[in-house]
Amino acid sequence: MQRRVEEFLDRLPEMDLMRSEKMTFVQLIFPFESAHRAVSYLGDFGLVQFRDLNEEKSPFQRTFVNQVKRCAEMSRKLRFLREQINKAGVMLPDTLAVQSDIDLEELETQLGEHEHELIEMNSNTERLQHTYNELLEFKMVLQKAGGFLFSGKEHSVLEERELEENVFSNNGYVETASLIDKEMRPATSEQSGLNFISGIVCKSKAIMFERMLFRATRGNMLFNQALADEVVLDPVTAEEVEKIVFTVFFSGEQAKKKILKICEAFGANCYSVPEDIVKQRQMTREVLSRLSDFEATLDAGLRHRNKVLSSIALQLPKWTNKVRREKAVYDTLNMLNFDVTKKCLVGEGWCPIFAKTKIQEALHRATFDSNSLVGIIFHVMDSVDSPPTYFRTNKVTNAYQEIVDAYGVAQYQEANPAVYSVITFPFLFAVMFGDWGHGICLLLGALVLIAYESKLSNKKLGSFMELLFGGRYVLLFMSLFSIYCGLIYNEFFSVPFYIFGRSAYECRDSSCSDAASVGLVKVRDAYPFGVDPKWRGSRSELPFLNSLKMKMSILLGMTQMNLGIILSYFNARFFGSSLDIRYQFVPQMIFLNSLFGYLSLLIIVKWCTGAQADLYHVMIYMFLSPADDLRENELFWGQRPLQIVLLLLAIVAVPWMLFPKPFIQRKLHLERFQGRTYGILGTSEMDIESEPDSARRHHHHEEFNFSEVFVHQMIHSIEFVLGAVSNTASYLRLWALSLAHSELSTVFYEKVLLLAWGYDNFIISAFLHALRLHWVEFQNKFYHGDGYKFKPFSFALLMDEDE
Amino acid sequence: MYGFEALTFNIHGGYLEAIVRGHRATLLTASDYNNLCQCETLDDIKMHLSATEYGPYLQNEPSPLHTTTIVEKCTLKLVDEYKHMLCQATEPLSTFLEYITYGHMIDNVVLIVTGTLHERDVQELLEKCHPLGMFDSIASLAVAQNMSELYRLVLVDTPLAPYFSQCITSEDLDDMNIEIMRNTLYKAYLEDFYRFCQKLGGATAEIMSDLLSFEADRRAVNITINSIGTELTRDDRRKLYSNFGLLYPYGHEELAVCEDIDQVRGAMEKYPPYQSLFSKLSYGESQLLDKAFYEEEVKRLCLAFEQQFHYAVFFAYMRLREQEIRNLMWISECVAQNQKSRVSKDLLASSSKNGAN
Repeated sequence: MQRRVEEFLDRLPEMDLMRSEKMTFVQLIFPFESAHRAVSYLGDFGLVQFRDLNEEKSPFQRTFVNQVKRCAEMSRKLRFLREQINKAGVMLPDTLAVQSDIDLEELETQLGEHEHELIEMNSNTERLQHTYNELLEFKMVLQKAGGFLFSGKEHSVLEERELEENVFSNNGYVETASLIDKEMRPATSEQSGLNFISGIVCKSKAIMFERMLFRATRGNMLFNQALADEVVLDPVTAEEVEKIVFTVFFSGEQAKKKILKICEAFGANCYSVPEDIVKQRQMTREVLSRLSDFEATLDAGLRHRNKVLSSIALQLPKWTNKVRREKAVYDTLNMLNFDVTKKCLVGEGWCPIFAKTKIQEALHRATFDSNSLVGIIFHVMDSVDSPPTYFRTNKVTNAYQEIVDAYGVAQYQEANPAVYSVITFPFLFAVMFGDWGHGICLLLGALVLIAYESKLSNKKLGSFMELLFGGRYVLLFMSLFSIYCGLIYNEFFSVPFYIFGRSAYECRDSSCSDAASVGLVKVRDAYPFGVDPKWRGSRSELPFLNSLKMKMSILLGMTQMNLGIILSYFNARFFGSSLDIRYQFVPQMIFLNSLFGYLSLLIIVKWCTGAQADLYHVMIYMFLSPADDLRENELFWGQRPLQIVLLLLAIVAVPWMLFPKPFIQRKLHLERFQGRTYGILGTSEMDIESEPDSARRHHHHEEFNFSEVFVHQMIHSIEFVLGAVSNTASYLRLWALSLAHSELSTVFYEKVLLLAWGYDNFIISAFLHALRLHWVEFQNKFYHGDGYKFKPFSFALLMDEDE
Repeated sequence: MYGFEALTFNIHGGYLEAIVRGHRATLLTASDYNNLCQCETLDDIKMHLSATEYGPYLQNEPSPLHTTTIVEKCTLKLVDEYKHMLCQATEPLSTFLEYITYGHMIDNVVLIVTGTLHERDVQELLEKCHPLGMFDSIASLAVAQNMSELYRLVLVDTPLAPYFSQCITSEDLDDMNIEIMRNTLYKAYLEDFYRFCQKLGGATAEIMSDLLSFEADRRAVNITINSIGTELTRDDRRKLYSNFGLLYPYGHEELAVCEDIDQVRGAMEKYPPYQSLFSKLSYGESQLLDKAFYEEEVKRLCLAFEQQFHYAVFFAYMRLREQEIRNLMWISECVAQNQKSRVSKDLLASSSKNGAN
């Protein structure tokens, strides 16, 4: 019988996703001349994970450090160019230009030229901008400060009307000033011994500036200020700065020196404003004409610069791509062991077995393309390290694999829970989220994401959108199962629908007044699919649904947990550990099923027979007084002796899973290593000497610590025994959330506005609960998750990472 | 509130303490220093640092690097971190963080004033200032001719104003005056900071009083050694010592009358914590004293991280980072000047030896 089962299991078709790819440890010996090409071909292929053989060397002691440095320098230049392009607002092309191969050296010189050109242009523009700013500031100072000067004078001649015009009509100042008669302006300031300095200063510093001036001159000054009409562009940061024009009146040489120093300290530019209106006008005119000259020059410069930048922008993605690849290739080459005498590079790494021939092909191609006389040697080696875990996923399974990996990466060739999660995860979600209305909404969302898949995958999305997009197929499955479960629950935004025929129940009389209190009468066969819509709103709706969902949760939980334990059997079989089957899998199976499996049986029997037995009572008294008569709670004949047998089995199972395994392990260990303490040390040292390049590590056989193993086993057993209870209880969350969901949607249905809000929240909480059920209740039965991921050297992955 | 900080500390300080401990975990380790010491060029240093937290700050520097660029960028990182923490901080932590920068402020003031005295260009001086000690009107320090002007014009707006009350004279500024001003200011600053920490209470007060006392004692010893053979009278010297610390008051009396380094040593060896410092030095030697003090400081700063729920970690982190930047400067200078043999000589790798755990 057992053999037949085994044969049957062996004949089962292979499942790709169930076990991670078979990996092999390989050594590659590249001749120096073809190494670079070979590695870049391998990068294109993307299925070899190189091991760093120079771990003890710091980055600048490695062989190809100069090339890496050059690449870093080039990517710095590229960043500089990109920044300039972004600043100038030139668009980058979305798609990569034609992949014509460019030489790295050529690219380097090109980049250097471009950088040089841009820097020169920038400094030119900066200089121009600087002068332009000075002129602009001068213009503003002339306009505003002139205003202060005249306002002071007009006071002396009491020309109120013109004063107002002068002070407040800023824009038309030059014109208004010309209206004033020339003779009306004697050089009053010089006569009174009053000097003035006018200039322009940042608005943010103005208050401090004024305060400082006040203190320095001990208050003997007059400070006039006005906001400048135009903002000034800072030539370095290219930000617009608001400035104010000021004029300080003061007396004395000492004060002048101080004020000038303060101006310097605050970065205030001072301009001398002639007091004579004619000169002033003349100057203004001059300044204006020069300003327009400068504007033209600046514009021309800017146009030229933009042209250069847009021509660079066309090439930029290609260059960036190239440099990134080169850098990755050199980084990989740095991981190889450089053998000076043999003129070759030795690399070690992991690759999947199925890729071996293709890798060899790529290597041949590399040898051929680089005209090397010596081929690249590629051979398989043994390794004591456990291989990396590599699952070949597609876009549907990838998201599920991610969910599993988030908990822990599978051990090499360990059974992969993702296989089952593809269905169970969305299903358990749907059990909590069963509503075909909500399901359709979710489905539409998922379909939109899938329909725009090709568009969205190239775009940069926000972190939340990225999450949704990554899980679009999870979302799709979740919505489909929600619709299915929603149909079973007969929920559509908490509105009952008669889809599959007529209800089995009807009112007792035509007025239907006591439908909610006394109840209904069954008039025809049961409703064909799912919950009868008539239940909704009736007196017994909640008790009925609760009982249904609670029992269903336990059944689902038991199924999933049993699946988990069975997977542990497959794992043990796969790794050839009969110990685990006999002393772990068997007692675990017996323990769980003799208690909660029995409960499931009772549930099914009760559903089928429609019996009135109280299952709580049965379960509790099975432990408290197993020998008692069940009386009205008896569901089938022979239940009492069965219970006693099951209880005894459960009790036996506990020491069964606790004691034998560690003792047998100790016995095996003693047998295996008896008298072999001397031999091993010698051979392993020989091994290392013969192959110094190899990354094979000295293999110490682990010391067997009995107490540690025993304590570990004890913890494991206790966890399982307690877990059997708590995990089963944990599955009741399916019921609880499902209940909450339907109650919430009833409330939201009544207050429609709240719909959207509660909807989002509930998806997340149902998702998290489904996640927990998988990670904890399901995976702790068999999943170790202490492996490490296969991270091949691949250009394709490189791009993803950088973006 | 002593002993109950744990109850409420995390309400306001938890996030920032986590941040600062995270920053501290990124201090360079002994193996980093080992690698850095083997660098041949400044580019190698840049390359090594690009694998550390300094990476983003250095990656856009064009290749012929200078020591000043490296130091500038590393300092910029510290300043960015400081500013981030200051923005997130609430009272009284924000005040505490501000206190940390006052020392730099004093140094900057002294730097500018001395510079203008020797008629240096203000812009050039400003570039040399520590960015943590900058304040708005710092450039106008150049206007001042004497102490009272300095105070009246500029410093009255800065947090340093109260410290100045003790050294306002109408004397013209000269090197000696400025040095005395620096020490007076520093004394007042340390005392104020000390009082502030005492007011905070709890573990902050306990640890900070230890750190600040050490700082005060170190300054006292330095003042003594530097003033031997100058015109400074004993009373004046006595006035520059901070009024707290392990040496206060009896040690100060002894230090005030010291005439040579061995007398200082005699005075200091009466205090057990300092005895071990001096026991490493041979007689008559004062060169290595600075280093010994720095080492001791780093040790104490690292210990500050052993307790939780207090502000001293911020102080300790800032100090450790500054020491690290000094180390980097030293390494880069040695590499730039081809003095590789001297690289590890004055290196305080301990600045983060404990930072790695």
